[in-house]
Amino acid sequence: MKIKIAFNMILIWGLMGMAIGKKIKLTLVTLLASLMSQAALADIQYNLTKGVTETSQEVYDLHMIVTWVCVVIGVVVFGIMFLSMFLHSKSRNPVPAKFSHSTLMEIIWTTIPFVILISLAVPATKTLISIEDNSKSDIDILITGYQWKWEYKYLEEDISFFSNLSTPSEQINGEAPKGEHYLLEVDKPLVIPVGKKIRFLVTSKDVIHSWFVPAFSVKQDGVPGFINEAWTRVDKPGIYRGQCTELCGKDHGFMPVVVEVKSAEDYASWIAEQKVLQEQAKIAAAAASATSWSREDLMAKGEEIYNAKCAACHGVDGKGAGPFPALDGSKIANGPADPHINVVVNGSSNNMMPAWKGQLTDAEIAAVITFERNAWSNKAGDLVQPAQVASTAKQ
Amino acid sequence: MSTIEHTADHDHHDHKPTGITRWLFTTNHKDIGTMYLIFSLLMFFVGGGMAMVIRMELFQPGLQIVDPAFFNQMTTMHGLIMVFGAVMPGMVGFANWMIPMMIGAPDMALPRMNNWSFWLLPAAFTIMILTPFMDGGGPAFGWTFYAPLSTTYAPPSTDFFIFAVHIMGMSSIMGAINVIVTIMNMRAPGMTYMKMPLFVWTWFITAFLLIAVMPVLASVVTMMLTDRNFGTSFFDAAGGGDPVMFQHIFWFFGHPEVYIMILPSFGLASAIIPTFARKKLFGYSSMVYATGSIAGLSFIVWAHHMFTTGMPLAAELFFMYATMLIAVPTGVKVFNWVATMWQGSMTFETPMLFAIAFVILFTIGGLSGVMMAIAPLDTQYHDTYFIVAHFHYVLFPGAIFGGFAGAYYWLPKWTGHMYSEGLGKAHFWTSMIFVNMTFFPMHFSGLAGMPRRIPDYSQQFADFNMWSSIGAFGLGLSQLIFVWMLIKTARGGEKAPAKPWDGAEGLEWTLPSPAPYHSFSTPPKID
Repeated sequence: MKIKIAFNMILIWGLMGMAIGKKIKLTLVTLLASLMSQAALADIQYNLTKGVTETSQEVYDLHMIVTWVCVVIGVVVFGIMFLSMFLHSKSRNPVPAKFSHSTLMEIIWTTIPFVILISLAVPATKTLISIEDNSKSDIDILITGYQWKWEYKYLEEDISFFSNLSTPSEQINGEAPKGEHYLLEVDKPLVIPVGKKIRFLVTSKDVIHSWFVPAFSVKQDGVPGFINEAWTRVDKPGIYRGQCTELCGKDHGFMPVVVEVKSAEDYASWIAEQKVLQEQAKIAAAAASATSWSREDLMAKGEEIYNAKCAACHGVDGKGAGPFPALDGSKIANGPADPHINVVVNGSSNNMMPAWKGQLTDAEIAAVITFERNAWSNKAGDLVQPAQVASTAKQ
Repeated sequence: MSTIEHTADHDHHDHKPTGITRWLFTTNHKDIGTMYLIFSLLMFFVGGGMAMVIRMELFQPGLQIVDPAFFNQMTTMHGLIMVFGAVMPGMVGFANWMIPMMIGAPDMALPRMNNWSFWLLPAAFTIMILTPFMDGGGPAFGWTFYAPLSTTYAPPSTDFFIFAVHIMGMSSIMGAINVIVTIMNMRAPGMTYMKMPLFVWTWFITAFLLIAVMPVLASVVTMMLTDRNFGTSFFDAAGGGDPVMFQHIFWFFGHPEVYIMILPSFGLASAIIPTFARKKLFGYSSMVYATGSIAGLSFIVWAHHMFTTGMPLAAELFFMYATMLIAVPTGVKVFNWVATMWQGSMTFETPMLFAIAFVILFTIGGLSGVMMAIAPLDTQYHDTYFIVAHFHYVLFPGAIFGGFAGAYYWLPKWTGHMYSEGLGKAHFWTSMIFVNMTFFPMHFSGLAGMPRRIPDYSQQFADFNMWSSIGAFGLGLSQLIFVWMLIKTARGGEKAPAKPWDGAEGLEWTLPSPAPYHSFSTPPKID
């Protein structure tokens, strides 16, 4: 029955969609097939999570109290309404009563809600005060939102890295079956230890983002130019998932938050490992920047980086989208190399284009610029080497 | 309305032009009211079409129909068109038609301005609806257009969006001035303020809200305009501004705006429920005071939309308490409606059905509002589908069902014909079932953590979204019944008596149906 209704609706509105839609890749048949497979997914969550922190537990308990209060009020009020509709219809009660006010009743139903509200405000105030206590943290992590990824920086450890969506685009476009953690998986999760008070300093490089992990009951907006605070202390090791919850542009739906909570020992060894990895990456980057690269290597490396970092806005085909300019045939990509290097390294004056200095190595920037200047219909023909990028970055 | 005919005693001073000029140059409150209502219905379908696109994309996980950039334009335009194009003009239409007839006035106090304030709207919305066809696409930053997504990072068409908001703001302010001046000066002799029908009262208060906050909206979009084009930095931290200040200013407009949309529907329910319960409205004066308190409180609760923006604890506590307080006068209104029904002698014609559904479903939206008022809980609810469920419950089965109830209630007076009760009931029951099927599951997906304004979601939300989508398609189709009913009633049907509802009270029912083109040229006497 459910499927039949769905089928009819798809048919009717699908016609409308054809006119508006830009890329209908699925046929009706595959649409219905995938529909049925979803119905098989059990274990549906329909309520707030209890979470894994004292705060989230408190919030959950408060939520349940308030929900039940609301349900009871609803049942009583709607119950009286339905009773009245039943008892006081014209057929059962042909002569209406004459009363039109009662001071006593009005005092009662002004006072009762007031008392209920006060009884809810007391625990709410208590919970709110504990949520806002950001003092005495063990570990401080700076979280920076970007269109559309997160950067995590461990302030005491000198470790920082980006965390990007890792769901392949084939899954999003329906060309491959969707994985278990579809849209809720990243290449490199935030790692924190269990049982420690972690203070999050949340900010943003471009537009407002919001860092949300339901299991911690932490949702904090990252506002460009300002730093907000939040904290958590997680009781149970595990992997916890959330999403950006403030509309931040085109790929707002595609910047998940994943936090891996480890035991104290595992966390310590993870930190040590990260330091080694970062050191190695630094040495490799320095070596790569010191060499002169061949055209083939620059183009291959450049395409890889372009697809990972640039295609989200400028498009895989370089045609741009919405406010994001096309690179294919653009003046900058076909003109002299220096302005092109400058905009990639330092970003654009209106901040639309981020500064990639620090996010990518000189060699990577050189490769991606070379790629952009010689891909699609662009025929600048020149090669940009890491040394040239380094000299622009210094200016 | 082609069916409006002159009555003999008014014919000699009726210089109504014919054809298109009648509508272009009209200063008649009934003509202008009709145009407002038709415009509102048109926008309701434009905004509704966009909702269909949104629900089609969300029918199942993955990207199928539209790309994310276009999806964001759809959510943005859907919100803007429904708020500013459908609900607000619809309510102004009711005000135009009914306020003069309810207070015994011949017309609105400022008829030429009335014409101007209507004709600004098609201009504003033509600009607005053209933005998606412009280079770079239309506004894609949500109907709340938070900076800097709407300033530095917005497409060029945003300047046209700002212009459109300015024009519709002018229209609203002029409409509100007209309502206030009419009510203050043109009541029939003997009609004191506390004898006015409650619909007139709710609109009187709404009009003051409009005058207070539409200039705030105009100022915030002007700041955006100068940030975008003239080098100011109101909302840019790099220049000493603050993006969160945008939200403070926007919501100082935005929260009273919520009541601007719902208060006239309170008035409609307060007119309809007593009629079909055949019993006087319970607690008239407390209804008036409750409406006034809701309007007053609406100015000091704006930051409850911003609990996650990093406000200090003291501010969060203040806004939490103030917001919870709104539940008290709102509760008074609901209890008064229930008490009006109690021991009445009720019949359930379509207006009554919509009015009762309005009370019940609006209360559901109000209760989830109490949940969100509690700041530590709002941390979890904020910007999830729980919020989407909440505000759709107060807006669709709230404000819009109120509008439907009013339309069925006064259609006999407007057209002179009875509508088809069968079609009306069909419209009601399909709307009632599908509106709940669409929006109730959103509570669950929201609590489970689904963020709003996303074109694609993880698989755990698939079932709820499919239900919402099927409900939405049904809800969209159900509204075609309303259009069919309207066309049928406008063109003909059973002749309506002056007072088709035996329990109805008020001056509008003393006029013949359809109401004459000019009414109350001599003021009626109220004792």
